[in-house]
Order: sequence, then C-alpha cells, then structure tokens
Amino acid sequence: MSNHLVQYICGIADNSLILGQRLGELCGHGPSLETDIALTNISLDLFGQVRSYFQYAAELQGDQSSEDTFAFLRKEREYRNVLLVEQPNTDFAYIIGRQFLFDVYHQLFLEKLQSSSDQTLAAIAKKSLKEVTYHVRFSSDWVIRLGDGTEESHNRMSAAIEDLWIFTEELFSCTELEKEMSNSALGVDVSLLREAYLNRVHAVLNEATIAIPDVKYFQKGGKQGIHSEHMGYILTEMQYMQRTFPNMTW
Amino acid sequence: MNLAFPTIDTELYAILNAVSDPEIPVLSIVQMGVVRAARIGDHGVEVTITPTYSGCPAMDVIGDDIRKALKDEGYQSTVKLVLSPAWTTDWITSEGRAALEKYGIAAPLSPDADKEALLGNRRIVKCPQCKSTNTKLISQFGSTACKALFQCEDCLEPFDYFKCLK
Ligand SMILES: [Zn+2]
Repeated sequence: MSNHLVQYICGIADNSLILGQRLGELCGHGPSLETDIALTNISLDLFGQVRSYFQYAAELQGDQSSEDTFAFLRKEREYRNVLLVEQPNTDFAYIIGRQFLFDVYHQLFLEKLQSSSDQTLAAIAKKSLKEVTYHVRFSSDWVIRLGDGTEESHNRMSAAIEDLWIFTEELFSCTELEKEMSNSALGVDVSLLREAYLNRVHAVLNEATIAIPDVKYFQKGGKQGIHSEHMGYILTEMQYMQRTFPNMTW
Repeated sequence: MNLAFPTIDTELYAILNAVSDPEIPVLSIVQMGVVRAARIGDHGVEVTITPTYSGCPAMDVIGDDIRKALKDEGYQSTVKLVLSPAWTTDWITSEGRAALEKYGIAAPLSPDADKEALLGNRRIVKCPQCKSTNTKLISQFGSTACKALFQCEDCLEPFDYFKCLK
C-alpha cells in the first residue's frame, strides 16, 4: 500500500518536474524579459511543489531515498508524467499552449487533491493550488492575447493548440494505480475532471477566437512510463550532474 | 485559535524579529508571517516556519539565519518547515505592510481587488513612490513569483506589487 502511494505521489510530482525542467530551459531565452521571468517563476513554483512531494515520498519509502534520488536517479520508464509536459519549446505559442492545457488540468486536479484523506498530500495540494491559480491566469491571458492578436500570432496559437490537443486525453485516462488511490480516498479520479476541463478550456479558446480541435486520435503512454522521443534528452540534461558526480550537493 | 497570530515565546520575539527576510531585507521574518511558532523547550528552542511560496529559495537561508541568531543569544534550536496551514498575505503584519511600501513594494490588496488589478480591469494599485493609482500591469510575475510588475503612469516608475495569496 505504502509502495503504491509512493508511486502515486511520484506520478503527480513528475508532471510538475518535467514541465518545470522545460520551462527552466527558457531561462534567459524568453521572448521578452517579462515573459522570461514569468515562465521561470512558474518553473520555480513547480519545482517547489515537486520538492514537497518527493520529500514526502522519501519519508514514506523510509530507506536511503531522498528528494534527489527520486528526481535524478530513476530510469526513463520509471517517470510517470503525461506526454503533454515533455513536448518541446517549439515556439512561444507552443510554450503557452502546453502551459495552458496543463494549468487548467492542474488546477482542477489540485482542487480535488485538497480533500485527500492523506493530510500531507492535502496540505501540499492546498499550498500548490494558490500558486497554480496564478499560472492559469497567466497562460489563459496569453492564449487570448495571441489567439485574438495579429494574423501571425493567431495562426501560431491555433497551430499549437491543434498539435498539442492529441495529448489532452491522457490527462483523464485513469491508470490502475489512480483507480486504487481514488477508491481509497487518497487520490483523485481524473476521469471525472474531463467535463469541467473542457468547459474551462473551451471558454478561453472561444475568447481567443481559436477553434476547438476536432481530433479523434489521442496519444497516451507517459503514465505507463512509455514516453516520446523527447524524454531521453530531457533526462540526459537534467540528470547529468548527479550521474557524473554522485551525491553532489550545491 | 487565530492563525494570523503566531505563538512566539516573549523571550524569543525580539531575536526573531531581528532576522530579516533574505529577499526583502527591510522586513523581518516575523513581520512577513513566516514564523509560525517559537517555543523554549527542554531540548532548546523549537521554531516552526512556513514558506510563502513552495519554491521560495529563501527558506534554507531563513532556517540558517534563525539558528544563528538564536545561537548568538545562547539558545540551541531546531527549525521545522510546515506547509499547513498554508501561508497567506494576511499574515504580513501592519508594520510589515508599512515596511514594504516604504521599500517601494506595493502591499497586497484584498482578493477581489487583487484579481481586478491583475486582470487589468481597474487601476487600483497605488504607486509606492507618488501614491497615484494611475498604474498599469506590466507582468503578472515580477522579480519573484510572489510579486507582479506594475508601472506608474504619473511618475513613470516601475514597481513590484506583492500579490494577494489567500
Ligand atoms: Zn508614481
């Protein structure tokens, strides 16, 4: 049971970890100073949340594990983040689109996780939710600004949403582990979030004058540890220091 | 229990109130509402702190500063980090709010007003330099995650606004 809970917590943390890493890549490369700072601040929020999750997971595990071994020393197949968050920083519209599609889910997820029967998880969710509320506002604003902006920005924002849409269904497909955790009131039944998600996303896309993608095929696998080709590159960069200098600290 | 007021033993108050926030040095960690409890026990002082934001990089430094300040006064201490109840900007004391304004950071508004300000619907954030409310949002994230960047349209100074967190 405890082992399953550790796995479950890691799955939640992995979404924020990999998205935070993607956003961290933008440090010093944002399209403007303000957006650069905003995206790296969001990254920092996500890493802060990740640390809380991993510290708790390490405590539950009770062996030599630490937040660092969870973050840096697992193999690709052991990361359970959704495919959406590992997608590359193609252009600013993609970065915003990926953020928006995840933020709306993240907010709904944390709203439910606040009622987890596990007090630590509930506390982390409550804390994180306050931060994520600002993330949603930031990414929604930019989807609207770009979508309802110039012809060029509209086309790019539409293309990003169209391309990233195939990764959205995975957010709501319950794994066996997620079912077990929601049945025992520890976790969230993500399949129940779909309707509210689509409502919130559609409202913003409408305002942004972006058509809601008509997609029949969805790509999944991250939650089972089967990742896209991008994941190996992310981990190579992220794990480099710990692999090269084991147990190093700053 | 009123959560806005931490439980700090009288002997420790002045010591902790002299430890400044590493990112906003004009503010003490007590004024910031980061110290939730400080008690003298059988095994030294136990201090409980809570982060403003999850990723706040100042927490490790704050822990070290607390231990050092107490040690200088002859107390051994342990510092514990708690997440619940989660920090809110309501815990910034009135002295703390005044210190923020004096330092050039606009203090947080009420949740509703904050939302209006950050959506750019109403001009209500007061410029800490000239006190004008003719100010506009530049970016929802300022120098740190807890602040937004504004600019005054009267004196033209850019400034940080401490976002409401509740
Ligand atoms: Zn002014």
